Amino acid sequence: MDHVDFDVMEGQVHGLIGPNGAGKSTLLGLLLGLAVADGGSLEILRARVGRRAVPDGVAGFVDGPGLYPSLTPRQNLAALALLRGQGSGNVDQALEEVGLGDVADDRVRGFSLGMRQRLGLAAAILTRPRLLVLDEPANGLDPAGSRHVHRVIAQLARAGTAVVLSSHRIDDLAALCSEVTILAAGRVVFTGPVEQLAAESGELDYAIRSSDPATARRIAAQTAGIRLPAVGDPYHREDADLVVVRGPGQALDELVVRLVGGGVAIRELRPVVAPLEAAFLALTSDEPSTHNPATQDGETAR
Amino acid sequence: MTAATLTAVTAQPAPLLSSYRFELLKLLSQWRVRVVLLACWIAPAGFIAVVSRQSALPVDTVFGRLMNSTGWAGALVVLAFACSWALPLLTALVAGDVFAVEDRLGTWRHLLVAVRSPRRIFVSKALSSGSVILLLVVGLAVSGVVGGVASVGNRPLAGLDGYAFSGPQVAGRFLLAWLSVLAPTLAFAAVGLLGSVALGRSPMGLAMPAVLALALALVQMLPLPVVVRLALPSQGFVAWRGLFTEHAQTGPLVAGVVAALAWAGVATAASYHLFLRRDFTDQANDGSGRRVMLAGFLPLAALTALSVLVIALVTPATGSGIEQPKLERALATAYGHLYRLQTEQLHRPPVTEAQLQTTASCDKGGSLVADVGPGTDWRCVVTWHLPGTTAVGSAIYQLDVAADGRYVADGDGPQDVNGFFQVRAPHGDAPNPLWQFDGTVDLFSPPRKD
Repeated sequence: MDHVDFDVMEGQVHGLIGPNGAGKSTLLGLLLGLAVADGGSLEILRARVGRRAVPDGVAGFVDGPGLYPSLTPRQNLAALALLRGQGSGNVDQALEEVGLGDVADDRVRGFSLGMRQRLGLAAAILTRPRLLVLDEPANGLDPAGSRHVHRVIAQLARAGTAVVLSSHRIDDLAALCSEVTILAAGRVVFTGPVEQLAAESGELDYAIRSSDPATARRIAAQTAGIRLPAVGDPYHREDADLVVVRGPGQALDELVVRLVGGGVAIRELRPVVAPLEAAFLALTSDEPSTHNPATQDGETAR
Repeated sequence: MTAATLTAVTAQPAPLLSSYRFELLKLLSQWRVRVVLLACWIAPAGFIAVVSRQSALPVDTVFGRLMNSTGWAGALVVLAFACSWALPLLTALVAGDVFAVEDRLGTWRHLLVAVRSPRRIFVSKALSSGSVILLLVVGLAVSGVVGGVASVGNRPLAGLDGYAFSGPQVAGRFLLAWLSVLAPTLAFAAVGLLGSVALGRSPMGLAMPAVLALALALVQMLPLPVVVRLALPSQGFVAWRGLFTEHAQTGPLVAGVVAALAWAGVATAASYHLFLRRDFTDQANDGSGRRVMLAGFLPLAALTALSVLVIALVTPATGSGIEQPKLERALATAYGHLYRLQTEQLHRPPVTEAQLQTTASCDKGGSLVADVGPGTDWRCVVTWHLPGTTAVGSAIYQLDVAADGRYVADGDGPQDVNGFFQVRAPHGDAPNPLWQFDGTVDLFSPPRKD
């Protein structure tokens, strides 16, 4: 890690994203007191953190939830509460919040991956932390389970908890996070609002499904600023009813006007890759250069 | 806010008692620990109840030939079995897995976040595994006594010098024996901790106490110098036998207990050292044989060498510990005690050991072999004064003397004294106490002639 510095405010869900080996798990380990930095200092909740001593008010998990399969969810959480010097009064509430109240006395051994993830989340929120650090909390969850986890995280944020959320699932981050930090090779290549990141994506690929694909392709080829992916491009499509085009938003607007004017009905228009993902790919595929909008604006980043 | 205005946070680790209770809960929730716990509290009683009714008794095990004579013999056979195999395996199962299980489950990070002190995690795990092992040991002891006394009865026990221990006497020695066995059990448990810490998920970590027990059992069978034998942590697993003589053979027992406790201390310290230096961000930790060698094997080897040196310098133990005078003294004492027992069985006039003035003359392998050391070629002639006469009786024994000091005396005649497995008592045939019996040579005592 090198000069990693970003702010997470109370009530904010802050996404952490980066390619494999970027240092996400190391950073999360530092936040949770699992790793020790070779140098520098770590400040959490306005306090400097010593060696392997995560302060009160910080909870979470990294590399999957740590659960004991021979114990029940209630036993897992009650033991955790005991270790944190709390009573087991919050256990049932935490289990209900993640939708595991009905299986509180079953052995974790028989749980699916998604149920374990939810139980891990229950363990993380048990102590009502001020800073919640979560690593891939929706990993292995079906859409319903994923939505459940999103709801719990959003509720926590509304209640004032700061959440650092690491995930490879761009849709999770787009749905939950107001700000993101992108790591590459141990350095921050972007930190700031999600909207700003999306705007950084530049040219995007769009898929257009229309009533006349051949005409649409011809008009697209004649529209200034619009390019059709060449043969060999991963987004080059020969589908009969789908045209993939590449260009900035302004050129796309012009294309839509020309298609409608040319009598081509547009049935679907969507980015092939989500803007957030496109920005992520753009920022992490080349040699990273630090892009911190707050710093560029002359403010003090911390 | 600048760094200068910040205060370092000293997060409070979880209370040790809470951490200990959590570790205990985790251990006791494992089905295999529960099964073993149940087995330790039930199986010995069942074993004694069944075997003590058989005609073929486990005579290879010390006290085994007395299992249908007194319930205490069965309880001691359980102790002997436990020392041979059960205790090392139990320590492997509990202590050998207490750290490795977190590697298998991938729960180290969770545990560290929850407890916030690797030191307390180590102490909690060591204490909890020790507690469970103690629970298993108590189960073996209680089940053995209850099973033995309930199945055969609380009858006197002929000790390894033939002395007839009453029920309360043998109960006290039995308790002392189990207490002394705790020391080597702790040593093996500490080796289990070391393997579990150093080798992570590798099955070798789990097997370390069992592998060590097997290796030491093989070593114990060799004719090693007694100073080496006494310095091994497994000595405590055989030295308890010395408690079952009229005058307890405490020397080998104390040496064994001290050596075992030293092993427990060094192995635990090595485990602690390794644990605190572990990189918990490495999720794929499978341990390192080099680490075991440097942090575990070398200190224990050095400790053993030091123990050998100390025992050689401060105790009278020399050679193999088995010399002709000591064997003769042990055999004569046992014969005197057992002759009294036979006299009572036959309803003859009572005699005392002093009246019998029993002596023994032993030779090993003829005139070409030195009369020292273990072997199956010891031949002894026992002589005693027949009560009420001036005549002297004599009886022949073939002795199988083991390197750990235990011997089995097999009577070779005359038939009406020690040549037949039964004697004709007034109320019917009874087992002949002089026919075959177990004894023990004090490895520690100096080889002096009486």
